[in-house]
Amino acid sequence: MLIRAYEERLALMQQNNGVPGTCTSVGQEACAVGVLGALDSRDRIITNHRSAAHLLARGADPGRLMAEVLGRVDGYCGGHSGSLHVSARELGVVLTSTIVGGGLSLAPGVALAQKMGQGEEGGVVVVFFGDGAACEGILHESLNLAVQWQLPLLFVCENNQWQAYVHRLETMADDAIYRWACGHGLDTQRIDGNDSDLVLEAARQAVGAIRADGRPRFLELLTYRQRGHLEPDDLAYVDQVERQRWLKRDPIALMQARLKAEGLLQDKELRTIEEQIHRQTDTAQAFAEASPWPDPQKLLQHVYAG
Amino acid sequence: MSILNVEQAINQALQEEMHRDSRVMVMGEGVAKSRAALLASFGPQRVRNTPLAEAVISGTAVGAAATGLRPVVDLLFAPFLTYAMDALVNSAGKLRYLSGGQHEFPLVTLSMTGAGWCVGAQHNHNLEAMFVHAPGLKVVMPSTPADFKGLIKTAIRDNNPVLVFTDLSLLHASGEVPDETEFLVPLGKAAVSREGTDVTLVSYAKTVNICLESAKQLEEFGISAEVIDLRSLKPLDEETVLRSVRKTGRLVIVQEASGLCGMAAEIAALAVTRAFEALRAPVVRLTGPDAPAAASWVLEQATVPTAGKIVQAVREMLPHAAPVVRQQIVQPA
Ligand SMILES: Cc1ncc(C[n+]2csc(CCOP(=O)(O)OP(=O)(O)O)c2C)c(N)n1
Ligand SMILES: [Mg+2]
Repeated sequence: MLIRAYEERLALMQQNNGVPGTCTSVGQEACAVGVLGALDSRDRIITNHRSAAHLLARGADPGRLMAEVLGRVDGYCGGHSGSLHVSARELGVVLTSTIVGGGLSLAPGVALAQKMGQGEEGGVVVVFFGDGAACEGILHESLNLAVQWQLPLLFVCENNQWQAYVHRLETMADDAIYRWACGHGLDTQRIDGNDSDLVLEAARQAVGAIRADGRPRFLELLTYRQRGHLEPDDLAYVDQVERQRWLKRDPIALMQARLKAEGLLQDKELRTIEEQIHRQTDTAQAFAEASPWPDPQKLLQHVYAG
Repeated sequence: MSILNVEQAINQALQEEMHRDSRVMVMGEGVAKSRAALLASFGPQRVRNTPLAEAVISGTAVGAAATGLRPVVDLLFAPFLTYAMDALVNSAGKLRYLSGGQHEFPLVTLSMTGAGWCVGAQHNHNLEAMFVHAPGLKVVMPSTPADFKGLIKTAIRDNNPVLVFTDLSLLHASGEVPDETEFLVPLGKAAVSREGTDVTLVSYAKTVNICLESAKQLEEFGISAEVIDLRSLKPLDEETVLRSVRKTGRLVIVQEASGLCGMAAEIAALAVTRAFEALRAPVVRLTGPDAPAAASWVLEQATVPTAGKIVQAVREMLPHAAPVVRQQIVQPA
């Protein structure tokens, strides 16, 4: 819910205050919450342009994240990144590339370092990528190497039906991405990515198995990008019938309904949570907007390591 | 003549060339949506959305070009060219030569770059010089809608691979564009965008406009600046640059791309090796730094050449130039 509120606030700011556009994960929150729920502090994450949910589910501070989007000095990358390549090593979000498929090329290396003793004992590496990224040839290079070298790597494909402004079925001969992975001889699963419980359960299983035998696993999470590719977006190109079908399966609404049905969440409690999140987003926005711009004198800092 | 912006000029060039030659086709991620008018005119066989797969998009273009088609590939943002680089650099640029001249690769790539959108270096990287460095490839980076139309049309008709770079901030810049379907701008021909006698400002793409703005400001100091728009980076119009440098004796080269091994270095070397005797001041390069473009607006803008920096550089070359004082004739009482 925090993720949703954060991203909707940013979208509003983008409409009103000329804030740079972002790729939101609205509609895909259960993927992030479920997978990250299965990880612990030993584990490392590689993400992409659509990273806000991954970062927030990993415990990122919404104020610092927003400051980064605004290009301010208190952002996780000092304003250098903007929204598209936010990494935060303090959170174990080790590398983020907005080059589609970029993360897939880096993941075997991160997992190799983990395997060769450069991470915390028992740590697992998770790489998030989209259905579009799955079309880059690097997916297969990455899978083959991870299997052959027995790397502790979890591939998580968030299949959100869209590859920027093109529907995935227009670019893929097969309807299922997990089958592409199957050919490489690793355990794969396709699950409903809008059901946070299912995602959590599948991710726990996969991560447990990786910790046990050190071999890679693959999850395809079926989900839907509810907002545009990049804010703002009029969605004129979107099949509304499909969109409505997915909106009825909104991951947050599904979770709330289930919790209520099980008697674990009362309306009053929900309102309290909503209010709390609203305050949190207000604080984040105030923090981000008050954060100073980076100093142009320090432009060349961080180009090379010392 | 019509008033078109750069985006419209590019689409008009594609439309006309696809109409003229049925071997011309367009492909890329989302082109059937972003260039919907082409799809309407020529159908899905010749206007193809591709998967997200730059290596095979460019490889397909190279293979198809060698065997009869004339593909135009839209690779969106210039940094994505690095995925496409193998097919372009190692195949399109080399296999004609290595085959003893058996093949031709009539293909065009389109991609965008440039500061102004706060997207950071994985979308904003002026890497045109990398391709200038690669044998067998031609590179153009125009600054006006008319040149976009004329150069893209010529590029499509050329039998070599041509990379066309578009500065993002020019997309909505408008200008007069000839309507004729035979309006062509030759590759390898620079434009003298403004004539002058004291200093030569050489540039390409968006920064040409900044040079023109500087030239106007320099008038206030009694300095007459000539502005040259390279348009083609390879082949390079050496004669137009040399003629100007021999006339003015002073050379400032302006580019947004970083300086090391870039176009500005090439132009400086050209002037020093072939017009040394004419130079009356050291050559000045105003370029971006050896740093990736940051997303933050202030950091991004700090790297961009501005009219202020150009004017200052020129005034340091011509320290005796003083502000022009317009005389007031005082009538006797
Ligand atoms: C190599 C490369 N090609 C194209 C792009 C432009 N682009 C950015 S995101 C995107 C869509 C990616 O689709 P997918 O992998 O499914 O991720 P999603 O955006 O759906 O999360 C595209 C085409 C890019 N950033 N990098
Ligand atoms: Mg997708």
